Amino acid sequence: MKDFSRLFTEIDQTTSTNDKIDALARYFAVAAPEDATWCVALLTGKRPKRTIRSGELRDWCSQLIKIPVWLMEESYHVVGDLAETITLLLPEPEQTNEQHLSNIITNLMALQDKAEDVRRAFIVTMWQQLDKQELFIFNKLITGNFRMGVSDKIVMKALAKAFEIDENIVAHRLSGNWNPLTTKLDQLLGATDATDDISRPYPFYLAYPLETAPEELGAIDDWFIERKYDGIRGQIIIRNSQLFVWSRGEDLMTEKFPEFHQLINMLPNGTVIDGEIIPLKDEQLLPFHLMQTRIGRKNLTKKALQDAPLVMICYDLIEYYGEDIREKSLTERRLLLTEMLSQLQEKFPAVPLQISPLVICENWEEVASERLNARDHGCEGLMLKRKDSVYKTGRKRGDWWKWKVDPLSIDGVLIYAQRGHGRRANLYTDFTFAVWNGDELVPFAKAYSGLTDKELVEVDNWIKKNTLDKFGPVRSVTPELVFEIGFEGINPSPRHKSGIALRFPRILRWRKDKSADQANTRQDLQDMLKAQH
Amino acid sequence: MVSFDDNGIYCAQADVYIDPWKPVGKAIITHAHSDHARWGMGSYLAHHDSIPVLHYRLGQDIKAQGLAYGESIDINGVRISLHPAGHIWGSAQVRLEYKGEIWVVSGDYKLQHDGISQPFEPIQCHSFITESTFGLPIYNFPDPLTVHQEINNWWRQNKEEGKNTIIIAYALGKAQRILKHLDTSIGNVFTHGAVDNINKLFEQTIGALPPARRIDATIDKKEIEGSLIIAPPSALSTPWLRKLNPYKLGICSGWMQLRGARRRRGADRGFVLSDHCDWEQLNTAIKETGASNIYVTHGYKSIYAKWAQDEYGVKATEVETLYTGEQVDDATDNPEKGDVSNEGL
Repeated sequence: MKDFSRLFTEIDQTTSTNDKIDALARYFAVAAPEDATWCVALLTGKRPKRTIRSGELRDWCSQLIKIPVWLMEESYHVVGDLAETITLLLPEPEQTNEQHLSNIITNLMALQDKAEDVRRAFIVTMWQQLDKQELFIFNKLITGNFRMGVSDKIVMKALAKAFEIDENIVAHRLSGNWNPLTTKLDQLLGATDATDDISRPYPFYLAYPLETAPEELGAIDDWFIERKYDGIRGQIIIRNSQLFVWSRGEDLMTEKFPEFHQLINMLPNGTVIDGEIIPLKDEQLLPFHLMQTRIGRKNLTKKALQDAPLVMICYDLIEYYGEDIREKSLTERRLLLTEMLSQLQEKFPAVPLQISPLVICENWEEVASERLNARDHGCEGLMLKRKDSVYKTGRKRGDWWKWKVDPLSIDGVLIYAQRGHGRRANLYTDFTFAVWNGDELVPFAKAYSGLTDKELVEVDNWIKKNTLDKFGPVRSVTPELVFEIGFEGINPSPRHKSGIALRFPRILRWRKDKSADQANTRQDLQDMLKAQH
Repeated sequence: MVSFDDNGIYCAQADVYIDPWKPVGKAIITHAHSDHARWGMGSYLAHHDSIPVLHYRLGQDIKAQGLAYGESIDINGVRISLHPAGHIWGSAQVRLEYKGEIWVVSGDYKLQHDGISQPFEPIQCHSFITESTFGLPIYNFPDPLTVHQEINNWWRQNKEEGKNTIIIAYALGKAQRILKHLDTSIGNVFTHGAVDNINKLFEQTIGALPPARRIDATIDKKEIEGSLIIAPPSALSTPWLRKLNPYKLGICSGWMQLRGARRRRGADRGFVLSDHCDWEQLNTAIKETGASNIYVTHGYKSIYAKWAQDEYGVKATEVETLYTGEQVDDATDNPEKGDVSNEGL
């Protein structure tokens, strides 16, 4: 684990992307193949299943170092990370022992279903023979939240460099359903074509938020304008008479979408469609949360399917009769897609696929006003795609832009605060906000992001001086500070005291100019809810 | 004998406050950091070595009297003496004895030896007032000599890479401690004006420090190439700092033990170097005083009070004060007059 630990330190101590790529490439060059495979798996989100519960770790550590559990809990709230807490609490080992990363992980996986004393013995022995940096990594592995501050993209670049293969090919070969236990990295990267794994999706091409005035994009005739739907980005794949549905998080979600199973008999083999999956009933767009509830269900009942039927709004075709057509222009791809879908709709009027309609605009002013109407169409804004663009890999500037509407917003009063995690550890940064209901403040949203580091410190200091009460890690504070909370949508929610739930709430700004009594009311939220539904 | 009121820690029998945060008549000051030594007191009593800093920070016209460690004075039957606290140079614990009852107000303190301040001496007492800045078992500070070596190694490496090295440290105490342990064979050392002012006071009061030049208008950018620069927290994200590019930035503080604190500051390196007690030091100090009453001030006070009570069977009470302990996140370190942070280069 020494070389992996060194890699971790090198990446931890730099913010430069190139340094990170170099460090990874160096690691791939020297690491044992099994270790390198696991490294890629870990960094691209294929973490092994947890075999130890947090509570067990807390108890074992507390017994080992003889401090009470409550004190461990308090320490955890300050550190904001259990793995780091345990690392800080354990004493330096008397001697260290070198072990392969892959062995550690397979040993950990083997603990599944083992008796508590066996699992405990393994963990405690490891705790006593790893140096501090290795210990931290080990604890991150057992708590299941190992991350290293590198994006998938950086990993792909490093692999491309170390194995001297084109980056896009790396991305394609790494996406999909491979298992680090059975596949070695060199096999994975050495694969000659895409047919050895028929489920494999293409890496998604992601748009950047529009940064300039749209006029600067040039002639409007060079662009396709589409609505930006608020659903789940996905790829529908038909190969070898099988269906696979992948979400953008690269989760295989086929089973969640029974309505797409009929597509096996409708679409030719070797078809990959990119689009947005949304709930649509009787031509009416349903609120996002209905789909979310349905996706979250273990058992899909008939009723659930009837309440929230899903369709894909298709906007791109990336594989056509088994051919990767990402290098064709969007105009050509869209033409093929339109033809395919219109033939399909003639034969099967109820097919759950629809083409993403183009928004026809004569000039950029019209585009701008269409953007402002987005909410009337249940959309988040517009997508601007250059007609001659190829289908790229990952988030790239230049050809695809998303132009979202400004968020909805409301002014809330800060009433509770809790310490944050990660780089916000030991600072009160997780806030609960309330609106007025008569004389009472009703909590309506939690938000974590949006303030600058400087403001966070200022609010943290204020909280420590204005605490009314403490309940475990949560402090209630004097209702005094007002923040403008932005959000993307508002839905009814019987589970919340306020009766509403916000989508993607975040802090837009600290309203230092407002006092608590000038914050919004529960009625204001309800009016927004009515306006939306 | 000692109570806590809105002005600070008060001994009614002697009518003196210790480290008061509002203007009062008579104040005894444990040390000259700004959260303990405030403006507006009728008179100040502190260790001899703290007096020049008090004058520098609070004005030449304040009424200030110095005392040596172990020397005692009597005020209305209360015997008052100062004893080394090991926090920074000139820092003191205040011992108060009246009719056989002994209280010790420790201010800020540490048990680690820092090489420049008189080491902490445990004082037997009945009641002990302690800080709890790092009063959690997650804080285990490394041997300071190892940390100084890490700083030197890092400086050497930065110099090889053609970068300047910036160390962020409190102007009073930490900066001198770091300077004292730098390997000046590696390169030149420069200081921010706020640090240089305090260094001069140190040299007048205590003794020589390794050579370090103040960064001012006379210094050419060329001269600082590969050097190490000591600056206070208030210099973070200022134009003054940006002019020292290309540089690597290191922060020296006990908070650097936590990854989150390190990452949030955007420092290249965090060195765990503190002038406060870590967990073990606090526990050792509490035990060595033999006190049966512990008053826990600034830090993780409720947690530490509960621990001390459960573990050592002492009566432990948490006390609200306006002391801030060690801070990396703000600039309370530098309120002194004449602090010019944008001079030079």
